[in-house]
Amino acid sequence: MGIRFVLLVNKQGQTRLAQYYEYLTLEERRALEGEIVRKCLARTEQQCSFVEHRNYKIVYRRYASLFFLVGVDNDENELAILEFIHLLVETMDRHFGNVCELDIMFHLEKAHFMLEEMVMNGCVIETNKTIILTPIHLMDRAS
Amino acid sequence: MNPFSSGTRLRDMIRAIRACKTAAEERAVVRKECAAIRAAISENDQDYRHRNLAKLMFIHMLGYPTHFGQMECLKLIASAGFPEKRIGYLGLMLLLDERQEVLMLVTNSLKQDLNHSNQYIVGLALCALGNICSAEMARDLAPEVERLLQIRDPNIKKKAALCSIRIIRKVPDLAENFMGPASSSLKEKHHGVLIAGVQLCTDLCKASTDALEYLRKNCTEGLVRILRDVSNSPYAPEYDVAGITDPFLHIRVLRLMRMLGQGDADSSEYMNDILAQVATKTESNKNAGNAILYECVETIMGIEASSGLRVLAINILGRFLSNRDNNIRYVALHMLMKAVTVDFQAVQRHRTTILECVKDSDASIRKRALELVFLLVNDTNVKSLTKELIDYLEVSDQEFKGDLTAKICSIVEKFSQEKLWYIDQMFKVLSLAGNYVKDDVWHALIVMISNAPDLQGYSVRSLYKAFQTSNEQETLVRVTVWCIGEYGEMLVNNVGVLEMEEPMTVTESDAVDAVEVALKCNSSDITTRAMSLVALLKLSSRFPPTSERIREIVMQHKGNVELELQQRSIEFNSIIQRHRNIKSSLVERMPVLDESAFIGKRVGSSQATLSADKSSRPTSGSPGASLKLPNGVAKPPPAPLVDLLDLSSDDVPASTSSTTDFLHDLLGGDLMSPSSSAPSGGGAGTDILMDLLSIGSPSAPTDVSVPNIISSNQGNAGELETAPASVMDFLDGLPSNSSLPGDKDPIYPSITAFESSTLKISFSFTKQPGKPQDTVIQATFTNLSSNTYTDFIFQAAVPKFIQLHLDPASSSTLPASGNGTIMQTLSVTNSQQGQKPLAMRIRMVYRVNNEDKTEQGQINNFPPGL
Repeated sequence: MGIRFVLLVNKQGQTRLAQYYEYLTLEERRALEGEIVRKCLARTEQQCSFVEHRNYKIVYRRYASLFFLVGVDNDENELAILEFIHLLVETMDRHFGNVCELDIMFHLEKAHFMLEEMVMNGCVIETNKTIILTPIHLMDRAS
Repeated sequence: MNPFSSGTRLRDMIRAIRACKTAAEERAVVRKECAAIRAAISENDQDYRHRNLAKLMFIHMLGYPTHFGQMECLKLIASAGFPEKRIGYLGLMLLLDERQEVLMLVTNSLKQDLNHSNQYIVGLALCALGNICSAEMARDLAPEVERLLQIRDPNIKKKAALCSIRIIRKVPDLAENFMGPASSSLKEKHHGVLIAGVQLCTDLCKASTDALEYLRKNCTEGLVRILRDVSNSPYAPEYDVAGITDPFLHIRVLRLMRMLGQGDADSSEYMNDILAQVATKTESNKNAGNAILYECVETIMGIEASSGLRVLAINILGRFLSNRDNNIRYVALHMLMKAVTVDFQAVQRHRTTILECVKDSDASIRKRALELVFLLVNDTNVKSLTKELIDYLEVSDQEFKGDLTAKICSIVEKFSQEKLWYIDQMFKVLSLAGNYVKDDVWHALIVMISNAPDLQGYSVRSLYKAFQTSNEQETLVRVTVWCIGEYGEMLVNNVGVLEMEEPMTVTESDAVDAVEVALKCNSSDITTRAMSLVALLKLSSRFPPTSERIREIVMQHKGNVELELQQRSIEFNSIIQRHRNIKSSLVERMPVLDESAFIGKRVGSSQATLSADKSSRPTSGSPGASLKLPNGVAKPPPAPLVDLLDLSSDDVPASTSSTTDFLHDLLGGDLMSPSSSAPSGGGAGTDILMDLLSIGSPSAPTDVSVPNIISSNQGNAGELETAPASVMDFLDGLPSNSSLPGDKDPIYPSITAFESSTLKISFSFTKQPGKPQDTVIQATFTNLSSNTYTDFIFQAAVPKFIQLHLDPASSSTLPASGNGTIMQTLSVTNSQQGQKPLAMRIRMVYRVNNEDKTEQGQINNFPPGL
């Protein structure tokens, strides 16, 4: 399946977006988020962007005050996931214009729509930013 | 109210939540909002349904329960407008999961939307289905998805392809329906369709071998073409990442190639050229390029690639490994683990670099490198690698020491060729990171030392030396204390000095000092202290001059709050003070521990069961272990129990039997505890060790260990009081019995061998003519209680001069109230017939009302002359 979850947290460790592609109960999610956020946020810039946690591998990348964490299977290409994170950020940048935490908080559903166009069932489905954003622009124009 | 903006109140709620200073405040805000949303739901408020769901999604993200909003999603999905549907589907994917029954209700809406004329609505339905569909939904909706997979619109097609992945994962039988459309989707130009199609093909290969064969035949060519096109493509702004066109597509294609080429020479051969091209031409100065190279290397390793291509791949990994970027080094280490199976020698060449990575400051890299090093160890390099790792252990981070120690121990145990080397390495590890050494590892070390008589002196001296410098390492302290207790005189008298050893002088009182330090050290836990007390008791016998001092040290714990320590203190004090004559035989060196049984047990039991060993301990005390054999097993009883009843040699004072009885109590006192229930495991020898070592073991949860200790104590206390008395009875009986000289009367009266309120055993005797020493005893067991006994087992032990053979019993069930009996035949050979009477100790184990019961006794009313 590849991607098992996508998480956005701020540097205080508060979740700002969470999308899971497998079923976890609410308690499991909270525990998992707490653990990996603690692990990843404690790491320095020089350390590599991969952390092994339970049976996941977490690939994370920091953009200003936002951390993007992606949980993947053990045999997933970690470098490609880093590229994916960057693509997600670029897509959000193109839509929001230099995306920040507040954009995502106040437009949570839009962030989800973008993610939905990019990843389905844990697989990357589209990497063309224009195509990803078309339905969202259509919707914005209609309103 | 404009349904597209989420409404001002959503913003207000988010602001309110953001303004919360504490988690409690946040909970209060969320509670209030949830109450309002519930109210709106129960009023069936349509205007704000959309906004409420958006709020719920936010609340859900924060980690609060939102199940009450699930039906709202379904209502929104069923509504006609696109914005409502959109948020409804999003809510469906976030708030629901495939396990919920509610999901079944949405199947119909999904079916309608899959057939909708608006491509965006179809896209929404496909996306939702692809993310959450269950097996039932997959069966119901597969025809729709199949149809959509043939549609020309690329946005629908790509989503249908990914949706198909979910469907065939849920229902693999459906795979064949998707094989044709999947392979034709690879002919498209649109990257979204290609990437989805390639992933669908990959999943089809996993789902069925038929599909794998089909795709191998029909798609290999197409894949090679896609990869060639995309890697040679001119600048494509929408797909360009750092000068490379669509690295994501590259990677998915390479991955599928790996599936198709695995174990198939023809298709591998066909891929050779393009893989070589990707491996050589891809720029490696940016992450995107490295991602492709990384995937390419994995594919080359996975398929039947030519040797030249493999060399190319290994070289890329070598370059990765020396890269300064930690991400690249990490993936190189990850990949080298897979390469080990393909080309062990090539990976060995990078050993030095990998070893450096073990010492990296980055925990992720260290962990990978350590696992890789573990794979690289073989008989030739084990010594140098172990040395490196142990050297690093000294300086490594605290949090890494656990992993590192476990791996070193595992390497040392696995590759040890000589005992001396193994012992040396283990001592180093114990000294450096003894607190991280697992119980089974140091137990194994003790078993090994016990089995190496020529190294025991060396071991105890080395441990003593190491203990002087690092006495805060718990397991080092334990092994040292145990060895000083067992081999203390070798320490003092320099027994078995090896050539390379430096001479050292340790006095008796130095040895006692060391154990005293261990006993009094603040960091020592109850297990260590308990072991220290045993060691002191042993030393008091090895070094008689120190006896009084040891008694004083031992007595300091007579009021210890830990029952285990208090009891040992008081009992040992009485042994030192009042039973001086029996002490030396009481604290003799442990019998050599059974190595093979220990290893077998260790292999059979995981770490968890090792610490849980305590619970099974009551039954597996040393002498009892072989008593556990079912009736009729004609094995001589184990040595300790024979000693227990050893009345043969006249020169041994009467106290011998009580000596061993004490020992018996000490080692397996709880053997007699009425709760003995669990089946015995492992050999007798190991269990002695396990008993000694696992008492109060810190890894066991306290609530388990406390009752255990108490029950064992009760057993011990009772035994201590009664044992001497009964032994004296036993001995009293002897002279009268033996005073009757060999009576040749062939008829012997039957006796009641044992009678309690619940059980009666009678023996009748027959002798075979011409064999005066042999007696056949017919034992009859009668149940005096009103409950049936099941799993009835009779066990007997005899003194050394007697041989005993038990035939199988007639039954293992003993009916209640004497309504039936069990018969069992015992054959006894008394080698000193006429001089010494028969004597026997017996034990009956059975189950009544699902409780295990044990009864025991000794028989000293055998008719004279047997």
